[in-house]
Amino acid sequence: MQLATKDLLRLATIGSVDDGKSTLIGRILVDTRQLFDDQLDAVAEASEKRGVGDLDLSFVTDGLRAEREQGITIDVAYRYATSPTRKFIIADCPGHVQYTGNMATGASTADLALVVLDVASGLKEQTRRHLCIAALLGVRSIIVAVNKMDAVDWSKLAFDRVVDEIQALARDLDFTSVSIIPVSALLGDNVVEPSSHFPWYEGPTVLEALENSEAGAWEHTTTRGARLPIQWVLRQPGGGRTYAGMVNGDTFHVGDRVTLLPANIETTITAINFGGEEIADATVGLAADLALANETNAGRGDLIATAPLPSVVNELKTTICWFGEKPLVIGQRLKMKHTSKVTPVRVKTINGVIDIEKLDIDESTSLTTNDIGLATLQTADLLVVDDYRANRVTGSFVLIDEATNATVAAGMVGHASFL
Amino acid sequence: MTTTPLRTSTTTDHLDLLESHAIFILREVVAECERPVLLFSGGKDSAVLLHLAVKAFAPQQLPFPVMHIDTGQNFPEVIAFRDATVARVGARLVVAKVQDTIDQGKVQDPGVMGSRNRLQTVTLLDALNDNNFDAAFGGARRDEDKARAKERILSFRDTFGQWDPKKQRPELWQIYQGKVNPGESVRAFPLSDWTELDVWQYIEREQMPLPDIYFAHERDVVERDGMYLAVGPFVEPRADETVEHLTVRFRTVGDANCTGAVLSRAATLDAIIEEVALANVSERGATRADDKFSETAMEDRKREGYF
Repeated sequence: MQLATKDLLRLATIGSVDDGKSTLIGRILVDTRQLFDDQLDAVAEASEKRGVGDLDLSFVTDGLRAEREQGITIDVAYRYATSPTRKFIIADCPGHVQYTGNMATGASTADLALVVLDVASGLKEQTRRHLCIAALLGVRSIIVAVNKMDAVDWSKLAFDRVVDEIQALARDLDFTSVSIIPVSALLGDNVVEPSSHFPWYEGPTVLEALENSEAGAWEHTTTRGARLPIQWVLRQPGGGRTYAGMVNGDTFHVGDRVTLLPANIETTITAINFGGEEIADATVGLAADLALANETNAGRGDLIATAPLPSVVNELKTTICWFGEKPLVIGQRLKMKHTSKVTPVRVKTINGVIDIEKLDIDESTSLTTNDIGLATLQTADLLVVDDYRANRVTGSFVLIDEATNATVAAGMVGHASFL
Repeated sequence: MTTTPLRTSTTTDHLDLLESHAIFILREVVAECERPVLLFSGGKDSAVLLHLAVKAFAPQQLPFPVMHIDTGQNFPEVIAFRDATVARVGARLVVAKVQDTIDQGKVQDPGVMGSRNRLQTVTLLDALNDNNFDAAFGGARRDEDKARAKERILSFRDTFGQWDPKKQRPELWQIYQGKVNPGESVRAFPLSDWTELDVWQYIEREQMPLPDIYFAHERDVVERDGMYLAVGPFVEPRADETVEHLTVRFRTVGDANCTGAVLSRAATLDAIIEEVALANVSERGATRADDKFSETAMEDRKREGYF
């Protein structure tokens, strides 16, 4: 029996509250028989107890007591599905604006965003915000499920109106792959099974679109430099050391000329190990350890790279999604975690806040909760960075409140081209 | 230089991706936290976790101890496997006993047959506290339960060990942020994205040893609450129950008195993988009484500080 897939697709559902994200995921899991009998029974029992019909599909992912009581999604639920060709990791994200940080958590590792919106209300502000965040996070492919088609009598006119709106926004946000599908998550039309209600629609179902989309986009980068942020130094028998971390950007080979940064020491890879065994090369995503020809005092927070090399900076222009309860202001001190390095930072300037409706930058000297803005940060230690568009690992960071240790912001090096 | 043939690495197989991700998490938490510990019960998930931890720090020794929360209601095969495994990898084992918590008068003794499942949270929190552990690795997976499906890979816990599902830290990309104030801690779940099938396929690929009770064997059982419980020191047949001699295996391993066996002829890893791939009932649904207390049994226990 051949079960191991060659493929792993990570997707996140995004969109406004009550447009049917959790119901759509529930529908996909039920109709592809991913749920076990006892899980399905438990959903039916919970539905009956709360008087919401025979089977409230949103209960498949809304597993917290408060979520079921309030009928909303509070935090990301991760579900897993397999098709004959691939494994899916599904992050079902919350729609409420106060849970934007949770939505960004789910979308930050996604290859693809599954956008759900209500055909009757079209693109709400929260859907635009989610699409904007997904685009900033580097998601390039979207599948848009135009939901609740049953409530508008399967009307082509209603669908077409929404399609025009989505296509205009998708162009503005530089999405490269856009599928727009009329569905009823509630009744199952065009989710897994094709529907007879759409004689005017010839495209794929949601499942077909998912199966045919590009996996692994998360790991793909546009620069071809290999990077290994050092997590840990391993002592080898006989006295040598190797440098452990996860490879990103490109493959390392034994014999590669590499530069240790920020010290700027050129050396050569003499051996690559994985789990204590020698290997010839280390591809993107492998948690390997490298031996170097020159004796160095490299440690956690340093980075091994091949050309084109990243930049070494102590001041950087960034795009910030601010989740803190109090506003982010100029002069504020925080901690930054960037790859394996933690360093104090200070906000030098705030260069504006993104207007979600117009996708313009408005002037502002602070960012309030769930704002997305541009800021210049000064760092206490030297950082080794790439632009986020070139490398998601060396181009991303989080900001940490110094008193509570809470994660208060997601940050990206540089600015998106559409801003 | 080595004389062994070089294996060209590949990350296209999804098990390779899951494996490297887990190793990355293990290294990151060890680097960021002061005193980590790995929770090791001798079950399949914690066995995979320990195997990954050995890989993450090879050729060095594990840079942290392993800890077993011992309810005293274990399957003897599992304790034997625990001790053999710990000896093989050269880890230091800390055993925290629920019996000690009972003797200290902190919790009520439920009696020989009563479940100690819920009591172990107190023992766990005491042991973390007494040893100043600020990070605990667990083998929990998100596909196990709807509350676990909601939990971060690094799960922040307050000074009471409580999980607050409405106040989780945003966890973006693969940036795992484990900074805590004194008394607070994190639970780290490197197997979060693994499914039951992934775990079995990985065990098969790595040819890992496991306790015998995971494989089909003959045993005396009684049917209770829709499950087959193994007759033994912690499960005595009640007056209305009949002892049956059946071929069974255990799909999960918890306490002997709340873990049910499943009817199975799967005696090899290949047979188990085939059985798991075709299963109609979830592993915890089929075999765990501790999850059947209420609709949100797992969430409620996690809020109290459970794994």
